[in-house]
This record gives sequence, C-alpha cells and structure tokens, in this order.
Amino acid sequence: MKIAIPVDEQNLESNVCPSFGRSPHLLFYNTVTKETYYLDNTAVASQGGAGIRVSQVIADHGVRALITSRCGENAEKVLRKSEVLIYKSIPGTARQNIEAFVAEQLILLRDFHPGFHGHEK
Amino acid sequence: MKQLLILSGKGGTGKTTIASAFIKLSGAKIYADCDIDAPNLHLIMAQNIEPKRTAYFGMPKAEIDIDKCIECGLCKEKCRFEAISNANGFMVDPYACEGCGVCEAFCPVDAVSLKPAIAGELVLYADENKVFSTAQLKTGSGTSGKLVTEVKRHLRTRASPDTKLAIIDGSPGIGCPVIASLSGVDMVLIVAEPSISGINDMERIIKTAETFHTKIGVCINKYDTNLSNTERIEEFCKENGLSFTGRIPFDPEAVAAINNGQTIVDVDCPAGAAAKEVFCNTMKLLFKESNAAET
Amino acid sequence: MKSKGVRIAILSGKGGTGKTLVSVNIASIAGKSVYVDCDVEEPNGYLFFKPDNVREEIISVKIPVIDEDQCNGCRKCVDFCKFNALAFIKNKPYVFEEVCHSCGGCMLLCPEKAIREQEKAIGKVQVGVSGNVRVYTGIMNAGEASGIPIIKNLLEKSILDNTFPVFVDCPPGSSCIVMESIKDADYCILVAEPTVFGVYNLSMVYDLVRLFNKPHGVVLNKCLDGENPAESFCVENNVPILGRIPFENNLGSLNSNAKIATRESERYKVLFSSLLETVMKEVLHETTINP
Repeated sequence: MKIAIPVDEQNLESNVCPSFGRSPHLLFYNTVTKETYYLDNTAVASQGGAGIRVSQVIADHGVRALITSRCGENAEKVLRKSEVLIYKSIPGTARQNIEAFVAEQLILLRDFHPGFHGHEK
Repeated sequence: MKQLLILSGKGGTGKTTIASAFIKLSGAKIYADCDIDAPNLHLIMAQNIEPKRTAYFGMPKAEIDIDKCIECGLCKEKCRFEAISNANGFMVDPYACEGCGVCEAFCPVDAVSLKPAIAGELVLYADENKVFSTAQLKTGSGTSGKLVTEVKRHLRTRASPDTKLAIIDGSPGIGCPVIASLSGVDMVLIVAEPSISGINDMERIIKTAETFHTKIGVCINKYDTNLSNTERIEEFCKENGLSFTGRIPFDPEAVAAINNGQTIVDVDCPAGAAAKEVFCNTMKLLFKESNAAET
Repeated sequence: MKSKGVRIAILSGKGGTGKTLVSVNIASIAGKSVYVDCDVEEPNGYLFFKPDNVREEIISVKIPVIDEDQCNGCRKCVDFCKFNALAFIKNKPYVFEEVCHSCGGCMLLCPEKAIREQEKAIGKVQVGVSGNVRVYTGIMNAGEASGIPIIKNLLEKSILDNTFPVFVDCPPGSSCIVMESIKDADYCILVAEPTVFGVYNLSMVYDLVRLFNKPHGVVLNKCLDGENPAESFCVENNVPILGRIPFENNLGSLNSNAKIATRESERYKVLFSSLLETVMKEVLHETTINP
C-alpha cells in the first residue's frame, strides 16, 4: 500500500516535518514495490486551509496511511472521509518511520488541533 | 525544546514586558515576536546584528489591465468585497480585494489577473548564539495566521538538539494570528490585567486557548491597581482549574527601564523582583512532566 | 456647536493605550451622540455603558451548500477555491465553513448549478441606549476568522443614525480591520501612551491615517512628569496634540471598574469636555478646509 510522510528534505534520511500542512515536501512510499517519490507541497503558499489542501493531494494519490507528528481537525476530516489512516510518527528519520510502520510498531494519532484558518482578513 | 507562548486577550497588559524579562532570566537563545501587527519585542531585545529581511507575500490581489478592459462591469457586479470601482475606469482597491479570483474567472476579455502582493516583511536576527524571529505586517494588510506560522518556523529550523526553551511573545485578540501562534506550543501564559475589560478579554482568550489542550498559566500584571479585581481573577483561576503563577505590581521604575530599552529584570525594581517569581512558577509548570504520555 | 453627523474614529496602534477610555468618555460628554465599538474580537465599551433596551441582530456570512444529487463530480469548485475551503472526498465536494471567505465563486462556476448558499452566524451587533448615548456593539464569535462583516454592518447602521456625532472605537493595530473601521471617518483621534512601545505603534497607525488622507490629531494619555516620547514624536512630525490626560490613580481605578469617569467625577467631566471642545474645533477646521 502507499503511505505518505511530510518531510523537510527529499530523501529518506530526512526528519519528519513537525508541520503537516506546511511541510516543504511530501514523501510517498509503496510498501510492496518499495517505490519512493516526492512532491513539493503546494499548500505551503496557502494563506489558510493548508492542511485541507495537502490532505486533498494525499487522498488524490491513493495513499492509505499518513505518518505525521501533528494534524489539524480539518485535515483529519478530509483524510478520515477519504479512508486514510493517520499514524503518529516517532522521532527519527523518514526511513526509521517507514520501518516502524511496516513492523506495525506505530500507533494511530489521537489528538487533532483546531484549524488556524490563516485568513487574510 | 519547550515552547512558551505569552498571550493576553486585551492589549497593553504587559506581554512584551514579561516576555523580555523571561528571555533575560532564562537565557533563552530562541525567541519570537508573533504580534505581527504591532511588534514590540525588538525594541527591547536590542540587536547588534543585521537582520535578514524577507518579503512576505499574502493573498494575491486582482489587477485590471486598462487597455484590455471593455468596461462591461461584470467584475464589479460579481465582487462580494466591494473591491472594484469604476470612478475612473475600472480599478481594484487592493485593500478591499481578498484575492478570491472571481473577477479573473468572469472577465470576458481576460483583462483581470491575480498578481502576487507583498503584505509584510519577515525579520530574522540570527547568529551562532541566538535566533530572534519577528515580522511586520504592512499597514492596512490583512492579519494572517500564515505570517505567524512563518515567524514560528524559524524557531524549529534553528533550534539545536540541546535547546531547552523557546519564548514567544504573542498578540492581543483572539483571531487568526493568535490561533496560529497557539499551534504546537507547550504552554500558554496569560498576562491578565485587573480591570473589568481585562477580565472580560482574559476569559475570551482562555476559551480560545483551551481548545488547544496546552498547559495554561495565568499571571496578573499591575495587580495593585485594583485589588478586588485581582482577587476575582485568582478566584476564577481556582474555579476553572487554571494554574496561577503570580502577580506583578505596577511600577514606574519598570516603565522607565522599558523606555530605556532595558528589561524589567535588568534594573533593581519591585516589578522585576515579582517577575522573577512568576518566571520560576511558570518554568516549574512548563517543565513538569504530565502524567499522560508526551505528545 | 455644529457637530451634526460628524464621524470621529479613535485608534491607537498599540492595545491598552486608552482608546476606549477616550471614546467612551467623549461620547458621554457630547450631549446626544452615538458610540460604535468596532473592536469586535474584544469589545469593551458596553462594559462601561451597560446599555438598556438592547436589540440584537445576528450577523451571518454566506456559505456554500452542495446538492450532491445535482453534482457531477467535475471538481471545478474545488480547483477554483483560493482559500482551500473545498475538498474533493469520495467524488463529492465537501465544504470547510470556517475557511470559506464567502466569495461566491464556487456557486457561480458550477456548471450543474449544484451549489446554493446558506447563512452562517459569525457574531452579532447589539444596539442599546445609555443616557445620552446610543451604543452600537459588535461581537465576533470566538473561533471565527474575520470580523469584517460585523464591522461593515455596525458602520452601515451607524451611518443611518447620523443626526448626532458618531464616535468609532477602533480595534488595536493598523491592519485591515482597523482600516475598515476608519473608512468613513471625518477625523481620526490617535491615542498615545508615553512609552517606546506606544510610540512605535503610534507611528504605524499614523502611517495608516495618512495613507487614507484622514485628518488626525493625537491625545496623549497616561501622562507623567518627565520626557514623553509620544509628545516628541508629535512635535517632530507636526502632528496636532489635542489634549493630555494625566496618569492618575483615580482615573485608573474608575476605568478598571468599568466606570465612565465623566459620569462619576466633576474633574474628569471638565477634562474631557475641554478635550471634546478642542477636537470639535479641529474637526470643523479640517472639514471646512478639506470638505
């Protein structure tokens, strides 16, 4: 299955980005084929609704599980309705998180923070 | 790294005065001013390094190409924000424009386009020893959670593994910039003022902060200006399970220190002494391990 | 003195300098007048006025509602939205109300006419009376992104009430909500406190009023003996000083107990009357030479 991780750099040794909505890049990994690819996160430029937008991208790419340290309520709604499971990341690199996920050592994220809107006015 | 955010609800209660004192007392090397509309921390935390300034782009603004415009008026008709006028040919008021793109989508001759617009400036003071991240919103611009998020991003990216504490001076109100500043902080310290307005505003900001499930502490500044209201606030904290971290008297010597560009703990004064106690109580609360697993 | 219908905005840049103190007290002393509280995130004026006969109006914004049966899943609305308020989930658009800016774009662009609009409450406007003052208060619901629609409604209502002078108590800062509040003002009073923070923020709001060509003057509040950086600023920039309010325990005490000083004390009645007189003279002068 395909999983996604917000990352600061486009490589597997990158740390997991503490921000989900505004992480610079997204890592996509296929646990079966081990195929890896990256996308720039277009939500970074958004004034508001960044979490919603990045969740849309993740859902559109057929991701089944997201690994992140934090997630907003609005993003969670998009992901949940799109049947993407959200796992809590562990400290360490993206690679370490992928390994932990495959070994079924990650737990589901339970805490979702309110949106910050980032409205212009 | 633990992040402490200082908020108040009402303006003028003493956030920056207390934030600067805490920075001095803790020796914190990483701090930020998230009051992007009216930043003040840089006036106290005297900087001897040239900051890096970056333009901040807000929502794009619509612009009408007069040469292409056929004056059909469709853009003005569709605009929900009264941002288009035709007093002198069709023009967009950049202050009213919210960058929604409806005018651009409906113009039959492609005369309208959204252009990037500078809404402020990010200012970063950084050397091997410290990082001070702040920003200034351009006059008349829309307040933005995004700019606050940008200010805070530097705290993370510049922190080293042994950075223990980051202090964030927040903004008044309860709107987007405040909400953006609340994200990811470990504790909020509310600086309350013992006036009816101050209490009213404090209650509103506490309501907002509580939705983030962070630790909340409350302290009272200028407490001796109204002892009965001070008591009311302390009662309120008890009744609502909020940690009360202390009280600071009104002190003309403190005002003078600030006006001289010093923090209130740089001089020997009653407010400074009281601030030291509030600081200790706040740090105790911030670094206390909670019973639940750390998120 | 002819002060029919004049609209005066009181602003400060920095919070806590005394906008509400000044606006509440000069409205109280001005004979019949109107007070408008545009600080919709943290309104305070009503705490002083304690108005009677309060009528309330809920303020709403339009939020899109998708008719899933009519929707053909083309995604035009989701792709158009600049605010990321629409997500495409399981082949249908989903609306995130708090992120929506009510621009109406999605509804206008939908080829199947599958989107209509629904009102969502974001706050309220209260109108009441306190002695000689008609009090308009705007209150934004906590968690809402923008108070602009509430401020617009407040100002529209108060424009209709234009037989008497109108005093607009603005939000702190110099952002767009402040700009909205001073839009139709004939004159702006900038309230300054004698601290370096106060002056820094005074300079920002000073830039704002000049940007919008508003005649303006400064009231120096919390004046103590000794150097006053705000006064120096005014002198350096040729900004008229309308008056000085001393830093006094009594005044502070009355204010912190939400009492209107001009209604409680002869001294402050005199002080604010004199300030009002100076303000009105300036306003008259400015509005006759710059109609």
